[in-house]
Amino acid sequence: MNLIFLILVPLLTALAILAMKTAQQVRVVALTGSVVQIILAFILLVSFRNEQLTGNTAQMLFEQQYDWFPAWHISFHLGVDGISVAMILLTAFVVIAGVLVSWNVTRMTKEFYFLLILLSLGAYGFFISLDLFILFFFLEVAVIPKYLLIGIWGSGKKEYAANKLALMLMGGSALVLVGILGLYFTGNEDSFDLMKLAASNIPVETQRICFPLLFVGFGVFGALFPFHTWVPDGHSSAPTAGSMFLAGISMKLGGYGCLRVATFLMPEGAAEYANIIIVLSSIAILYGAFATMMQKDLKYINAYSSVSHCGFVLLGIGMLTKTAMTGAVMQMVSHGLMTALFFAVIGMIYERTHTRQVNEMGGLLRVMPFVISVLFIVGLCSLGLPGLSGFVAEMTVFMGSWQHPDMFHRVATIAACMSIVVTAVYILRAIGQVGMGPLKAGLEVLTDATWNERLAAIILIAGIIAIGLAPFWLNDLIRPATQVIMDKINIGPLP
Amino acid sequence: MNDLLILMKSELLLTVIIFILLFIKIGKGIKNEILLPVIQVLFLINFIAGFFLNADGSLFDGMFYTNSLIAFQKNILNLGVYLISLLFANWLTKNEHMPEFFMLMLSALLGMFFMISSGNLLIFFLSLELATIPVAAMVNFDLQKKTSAEAAMKMILNSAFSSGILLFGISVFYGVTGTIRFTELPSMLNNSPILIMVFVFLFTAFAFKLSIVPFHLWTADVYEGSPFAATSFLSVISKGSVAFIFMATLYKVFQPMHEVWYNMVMLLSIITMVVGNLFALRQQNIKRFLAFSSIAQVGFILVGITGNSTAGTSSVVYFILIYTFSNLAAFAVAAAISWQTGKERIDDYKGLYKTNPFLSWILALALFSLAGIPPTAGFFGKLFLITAGAAKGNYMFITIAALNMIVSLYYYLKVVRAVFMDENEQPIARISIQRSTKLGLIICGAGIVFTGLLSWIYDYIQNLF
Repeated sequence: MNLIFLILVPLLTALAILAMKTAQQVRVVALTGSVVQIILAFILLVSFRNEQLTGNTAQMLFEQQYDWFPAWHISFHLGVDGISVAMILLTAFVVIAGVLVSWNVTRMTKEFYFLLILLSLGAYGFFISLDLFILFFFLEVAVIPKYLLIGIWGSGKKEYAANKLALMLMGGSALVLVGILGLYFTGNEDSFDLMKLAASNIPVETQRICFPLLFVGFGVFGALFPFHTWVPDGHSSAPTAGSMFLAGISMKLGGYGCLRVATFLMPEGAAEYANIIIVLSSIAILYGAFATMMQKDLKYINAYSSVSHCGFVLLGIGMLTKTAMTGAVMQMVSHGLMTALFFAVIGMIYERTHTRQVNEMGGLLRVMPFVISVLFIVGLCSLGLPGLSGFVAEMTVFMGSWQHPDMFHRVATIAACMSIVVTAVYILRAIGQVGMGPLKAGLEVLTDATWNERLAAIILIAGIIAIGLAPFWLNDLIRPATQVIMDKINIGPLP
Repeated sequence: MNDLLILMKSELLLTVIIFILLFIKIGKGIKNEILLPVIQVLFLINFIAGFFLNADGSLFDGMFYTNSLIAFQKNILNLGVYLISLLFANWLTKNEHMPEFFMLMLSALLGMFFMISSGNLLIFFLSLELATIPVAAMVNFDLQKKTSAEAAMKMILNSAFSSGILLFGISVFYGVTGTIRFTELPSMLNNSPILIMVFVFLFTAFAFKLSIVPFHLWTADVYEGSPFAATSFLSVISKGSVAFIFMATLYKVFQPMHEVWYNMVMLLSIITMVVGNLFALRQQNIKRFLAFSSIAQVGFILVGITGNSTAGTSSVVYFILIYTFSNLAAFAVAAAISWQTGKERIDDYKGLYKTNPFLSWILALALFSLAGIPPTAGFFGKLFLITAGAAKGNYMFITIAALNMIVSLYYYLKVVRAVFMDENEQPIARISIQRSTKLGLIICGAGIVFTGLLSWIYDYIQNLF
C-alpha cells in the first residue's frame, strides 16, 4: 500500500472541486473522493493486518522517505503503525459522513467542500507523517479550513468562535513548534525524523522542558483542561459537517500528537509529568460532565460532553499502562465516530425544527423515527452502553487505570468513573425530552431523514457497532503499537 | 574590461534601461498604454538576464564585489521591480510622468545594487544615499495630494538624520581602525567600548532604513501618504536590500563582535515584533496596517539574522523572496480597490468575496503567507527563520517569536474575516483590473504557493555559497 495516495486523493479531489461548475458536480466529486478515501483506508487496514499476520514486526509499516529541504534534514517520511491505521480509518468514516450530511449546503457549495476536503488532507497527512516537520505542517494546514468553515457557514457567535478557535489552536501549535525545535537541536544530529529521534536518547533535562511544551501544545487540540474553552464555542457555532470534522477528526490530532510525539519520544518526561496529566484530565472529565448537565442547547450538550470524553483519552495516556493507552486510542476512534454521528443527528434535527433548544422539542420520535432512533443509539453509545463502542473504550481505560495499586491513581480512576453516572443523567434527559412525550405543536409537519442523511448515519453506526460488538480487531491493531511506546517507559512493576 | 562588463552586468543593464527611458521621455511622447508593456518586457529581460553569466570577483580595488549569492539577491529585487510594473498598471498608465517614475525607481535600484555589492564603507554610504533619495521623490509622486508631499518630507528628514548618524559612525570607525575596507576591518575589531559605539551608530542607520523599533516612527505615515507603487517599493525592495547588506555587514565585518551584536539584535527583534504587532492590531487603514505588519515582519527577519550561520543567510534570503511575493500581492489588491473606489479602510472590505472572488483569494493567500500559515510559502519562510534563530539555543527568544506569530495571525484574520465572513449591504463593486495586473497577481499567487512546497528553490539558495 502506497501511503502517498492518502495525501494525493484528497488533494486531487480538492483541485477537482475547484474546477467544477455546478453545485451538483461539486457534491458528486466530493462524494467520489471520499468513497475512494474509505476504500483506501480499508485497503490499508487489510494490507496492514496481512503484514502483521505474516510476522512483520517492524514498528512502522509501508515506510517511504523522500528528501524535502535536505539542508534542514527534513524528509517526507511516511509510515503507519496500528494507531495511525485506526485513526485513518476513523478519518475516512467521518469524511464520507460529513460529505453526505452537507448535501443541502447551498451557500458557496464549492468553497465549502473544498475546505472540508482540505481539512481531511491535513488529517491524513498528520496521521501518516514520521517527520516532525511535516507533522507540524499538516497540523497547521488543518487550522485555517476550520476557521473559514466556522466563520462563513457557522451560526450564532460564529466570528467570535472562529477567532477563538484559530487563535487557541495556533497558540497550541506555537508551543508544539518550540518543543519540536528543542528536540531538533538536542538530537545527536539535527533531525526532525521521528524514528531517529526515538532511537537517540533525548537527555532528561531536555525532556523536562520539551515534554510539557509538546503535551500542552497538542493538548490544546485535544481539549486538555484548562485549554478546552475553544471546544464548546467552536463546535456549537460550526456548521454540521464542520462540527463533525472538528470533534471527530481535529480533536484526535491532539490526542494522537500527545501519544505519538510527546509520550513516545520522551518517556522519562511522560513519567515525570504523568500525575499532572491525570489530575488535569480527571478535572476535564468531571467538569465536562457537570457542565453538560447545565446545557439546554443540543450542540452545547455534545460539545461539553466531548470535553468530558476526550478527557478519557488524555487520562489513558497519563496512566502509562499498556491497557490504558490502548483504551485511549480506542476512545479516540470511538469518540470520533460517536460524536460525528451525534453532531450529524443534531444537524438533521436542527434543519427541520430550526431550534437546538431541548425544551422546545418533544415527541419527535413520532414524526421522524429514523432520526430519533439514531439519536437514541448515539446517546446510549455516549453513556457507555455495552455493545456499543463507548463502553469498550472507556472500560479499557478504566481497566488500565486500575492496574495502578496506589491511592492517587485509584482516586483519579474512581472520579473518572463517576462521570459515567452524570453522563447517563444528561444524555437520558436530553434524548428523552427530544424524542419522547407529547408532540409539541407545530412540529407535526416535519419529515424524516433523506437518503443522504440515512446513508451517513448508517455508515457511522456501522463503525460504532463494529467496535462495540467485536472490539478485538481494533485491540489487536492497536496493542502492538502501544507495546512499543510502553517498552520505553519505565514506571516500575505493576501487579 | 571584460571583468568590468561581466561583474557589473546587472548594474550596467539597469543603466542601459534608465537611458532608454530617458530617450523615450526626451523624444516624442509615447502613450503610456504602449510604453508600459515595453517597460514590463524590459524588466522581464532584466530579470531573466540576472540568472546568466554570473561570476565571482571584485573590482576597483575591492570597492565592488559580487558573487552568486549577491547576484541572486539582486535578482530578487529585479523580480520585485518587474512585479511592481505589472501590479500597479492602473495607476501607472494614468500617470503622465510614468517614465520618470520608473527612472527614479531604477536609480534607487541601482543604488541598492551597488550597496549590496559594496566592499568598502564609503561606497556603501554613497550607494545608500543613491538608494534613498529617489525613493523620496517617488513617495512624493501623487503631486496633487498633500499627504504625499508630507510623507516625502518626513522620509527625507528621517533619511538625512540617519545618514548623518551613519556618516558619523563611519568616520569614528575609520579613526579607530584606519581602514574602510570590509575585508580588512574584521581583524581590527574587538569588544572595546568605542567599537561598540561605532556599531551602535551603524546599527541605528540600518534600523532607520529597516524601520526597526524604536526607529520606526516614520514608517506608517510615509506608507500611508505615498502612492501604492512607491509604498510597495519601499516596503519590499528597499527593505529587502537593506536587510541583505545588514546581514552581510554583521556576518562579514562585525563577526568578531558577534556576542555584542547578538544581544542587541535579539532585543530589538523582540521589541520590533511586539510593537509592530500591537500597533497593527488597532489599524483601520490598510496601508498603515500593512506598514505595521511589515515592521513585525522585519522583527522576524532579525530572528533569522541572529542565527549567524549560513542557514541564517539562506533563510533570510528565502524569506525575503517569499515576502516579496506576499507583500506585493497584498499591496496590489489594496491598490486595485483604492484606485477604483478610493476605499482604504478594512471595514470597507466587508463582503468583498461576493463581488471579487479572485482578488479576495489572492489577498487571503498573501495574508496567510504573511502570517505563516501552511501550505503557503510564508510558513516555510518563518519556520526556517525561527529554526535558524533557535540554533543559538535561546528558547525564550524563540518562544516569544512563536507567540508573536499568533498575535499577527489575529490581525491578519481580521482582514480575512472582513473579506469572507462579514455581511455588507453595499460591498465594493466589481473591480476591473488590467490584464497585466492579473498576470502579476497570478505570478504572486503561484510564488506564494510554490516557493514553499518546491524545496529545490530553497536548495538553490542554499547552494549559492
